[in-house]
Amino acid sequence: MTGWLIKGASILGRERADVLVESGRITGMGADLAAGDATVVDADGQILLPGLVDLHTHLREPGREDAETVASGSRAAALGGFTAVCAMANTDPVADTAGVVEQVWSLGRDAGLVDVQPIGAVTVGLAGSQLAELGAMAASAAKVRIFSDDGHCVSDPRLMRRALEYVKAFDGVIAQHAEEPSLTAGAQMHEGAVSARLGLAGWPAVAEEAIIARDALLAGHVGSRLHVCHVSTAGSVEILRWAKSKGWRVTAEVCPHHLLLTDELAGSYDPVYKVNPPLRTADDVAALRQGLAEGIIDVVATDHAPHTLEDKECEWSAARPGMLGLQTALPIVIHTMVEPGALDWDGVAERMSRTPARIAGLTEHGRDPAVGGPANLTLVDPAARWTVVPSELAGPSRNTPYSGMTLPGVVTATFLHGRPTVLGGKLTESAS
Amino acid sequence: MAEPAHDQAGDTRPARQILSDSDISRVIDRIAHQILEKTRGAAETVLLGIPTRGVPLASRLAERIAAFEGATIPHGALDVTLYRDDLRIRGARALGPTDVPADGVDGRRVILVDDVLYSGRTVRAALNALYDLGRPSQVQLAVLVDRGHRQLPIRADYVGKNIPTAASENVSVHLKEHDGTDEVLLSGGAA
Amino acid sequence: MNRHLLSAADLDRDTATLILDTARGMAAAMTGREVRKLPTLRGRTVVNLFYEDSTRTRVSFEAAAKRLSADVVTFSAKGSSVSKGESLKDTALTLQAMGADAVVVRHSASGAPHRLTEWLDGSVVNAGDGTHEHPTQALLDAYTIRERMGRLEGLRVAIVGDVLHSRVARSNVHLLTTFGADVTLVAPPTLLPVGVTDWPVDVSYDLDGVLPKVDVVMMLRVQRERMNDSFFPSAREYSRRYGLDTARMARLPGEAIVMHPGPMIRGMEIAAEVADSARSVIVDQVANGVLVRMAVLYLLLSGEKGSMA
Repeated sequence: MTGWLIKGASILGRERADVLVESGRITGMGADLAAGDATVVDADGQILLPGLVDLHTHLREPGREDAETVASGSRAAALGGFTAVCAMANTDPVADTAGVVEQVWSLGRDAGLVDVQPIGAVTVGLAGSQLAELGAMAASAAKVRIFSDDGHCVSDPRLMRRALEYVKAFDGVIAQHAEEPSLTAGAQMHEGAVSARLGLAGWPAVAEEAIIARDALLAGHVGSRLHVCHVSTAGSVEILRWAKSKGWRVTAEVCPHHLLLTDELAGSYDPVYKVNPPLRTADDVAALRQGLAEGIIDVVATDHAPHTLEDKECEWSAARPGMLGLQTALPIVIHTMVEPGALDWDGVAERMSRTPARIAGLTEHGRDPAVGGPANLTLVDPAARWTVVPSELAGPSRNTPYSGMTLPGVVTATFLHGRPTVLGGKLTESAS
Repeated sequence: MAEPAHDQAGDTRPARQILSDSDISRVIDRIAHQILEKTRGAAETVLLGIPTRGVPLASRLAERIAAFEGATIPHGALDVTLYRDDLRIRGARALGPTDVPADGVDGRRVILVDDVLYSGRTVRAALNALYDLGRPSQVQLAVLVDRGHRQLPIRADYVGKNIPTAASENVSVHLKEHDGTDEVLLSGGAA
Repeated sequence: MNRHLLSAADLDRDTATLILDTARGMAAAMTGREVRKLPTLRGRTVVNLFYEDSTRTRVSFEAAAKRLSADVVTFSAKGSSVSKGESLKDTALTLQAMGADAVVVRHSASGAPHRLTEWLDGSVVNAGDGTHEHPTQALLDAYTIRERMGRLEGLRVAIVGDVLHSRVARSNVHLLTTFGADVTLVAPPTLLPVGVTDWPVDVSYDLDGVLPKVDVVMMLRVQRERMNDSFFPSAREYSRRYGLDTARMARLPGEAIVMHPGPMIRGMEIAAEVADSARSVIVDQVANGVLVRMAVLYLLLSGEKGSMA
């Protein structure tokens, strides 16, 4: 088997080196390595990162294959520089049994473009009343470690406590969609000046913050791991800061769209800007960036949520919430964090690869390029810019909020277990 | 009404005065006499001015008729904007006033009053507007200036002054009530 | 202002004044006539697309369009394809194919008229969208106030009731403040939006304190269902604190008027004697609605691509 020589990339934005990839591992690193039989990938001026890991992806299969499939989502992930994605459980049927998580896991393996790590539901049918068979999912071939009812909050405090405790037996983590449901009945967008003007029912920040505070207290009390999904408010950042200061095992993620977009966009009533939790204010955006820079927020996760045209080309209140994210995540992070100097490339690797891999228990991912290490790698050209055209994105859905925007950073190559899934910014032949 | 006042950009010749202040008063006096003569004392007659400048003209005529004959003749305003045939082309415009004397138009002789008679389209709109109001026994037309170029089979019963014009020329009627002075100007035309 | 009427916020003072003046011109043109119809919009098609039952608004728009000789097609949600789950977009494409020059839309979803503008070439008139806006209601209210009081600038207007869920309140706040009126919103705190602090209005929880200092009091409908959602404890308590009865009406200054967009719940937010009193202009509001809607349709639909201003 021939190898690949990635030539002249800057490793995590630091020293330049050639990286030789053979048989799924990195077999050499240094200046001016000889190519031998290996195919040379010219990486001059580019940044080499450990392959990106997404803790929060909706692949829609089984159930809504018209919006996305494991295969189409895998293509989007590879193009976005991801080598592993965690597939959320809110499919149809719900991923609340070993059977469904194994199905998703094996669909991911068949597609072969990214490691698809299923997330299991916390409660049966996401209904919030009875624990799903968490242990069976953990023991399945999918080796589930993250459990989430995402889309729904595990709002019953007693049930949340039990879930947090129960998953300790297999080093699991509960990823909470923090939304107190009785405060968000009918909610359409962030509650504030804009919702008042637009006459759309408000989703108050407190509905998120109250659950994060409660869950942090519960996690502290029972000594369990808690992961908070898609943190969206300045208040949430403060609560996380406090929870971490207590030494509790709490991690949190932020989505790229919450680092850039604000509730003002709802003024068009175009549901492409409808997402849950909703776009917040410019103050929240600033606090989230600050929290991410400081490490109060540990991870950037996409909440990639494909929807069909019918679910978006309609009235705002009838539309389903969610945005595409896999192919734009790294560019948005470069735009909002790297270019302003809030995060360096090592910080990007930390927030988008090492930490999410650690939370998900993916030992072959999130490892900096090193001889002997796994060759899950992402090569990005930070100087290149591209314009988002919805119809040019992978997958059948078009619901990107960035249509027409010119973003920095092009993923030129993605290596999964030593094999390129993306080369020259395009899916490799074997991949497509 | 047919031609809004005011010079247009690109005029190649300075405006010429066609009727002066005193010409206009004499013309109005003459039309008032003609109306009295032709209508045998203006009995059962209503004057309806077409906004904008037909309205003060109707009012002045009524005032002169009253002065000559001691008879009060009802007068008012009839806006034709909503009846125009060019709304699709030119778009919406602000409405003028409509003010029909209390006894209405049924069975009466209505004299429509306008400043300039040109294509005849405004008068066509006025006739339609009038017949939606009621059923006059007779309709006549009085204009200060007839500049020709009719596009419809319409003629005036009372004309202050016939002014032969080129289509490229512009007739501007100024009245004290709207413009501060009384005069009629001719401008534009080929150099 | 462009070729649609979606929000009262889109109307600047000149455009709003033009609409009111045009409505008055319509009144003059319709007075004492034998034929209660103008030929202005002959050959134009106005579609009334009503996803919510609202007989009074629908009939008012129908009357306005018909008095201008437009052809009127009414799609109501009951008994047409829209009740069978056809999407708003597909309905819009159907209307587009029919050659609708204007679509008057009433919808329970805020922003639905904005969405329609993306799929239709004709003018879209918002006849009430969810809890967002109802611009022609605000225009007819402003017209009614101006006819009665002679002006809008500097008038003190209290808007009383469920501001949170009221499209009438939102449109009136925009339009009345554009005209230079001083607006005070009076409601229990639960029925005011959290973002109300950004609005160019005063806010009070005390109706009795506000009434002696206003020229116009506009009562909003309060739905009894709100009670079950804990916005207030009971209809009786609401009525006692925020209802307009004869005793409260007596606190109004001499010339002050009482308005209500209808339909009223007599005995809840307004007492029957108040609604029928000499201060009440509620019947005028209904009549003026047709005039204002004639003005809006005329200004939007004249010209190839109609536009206001």
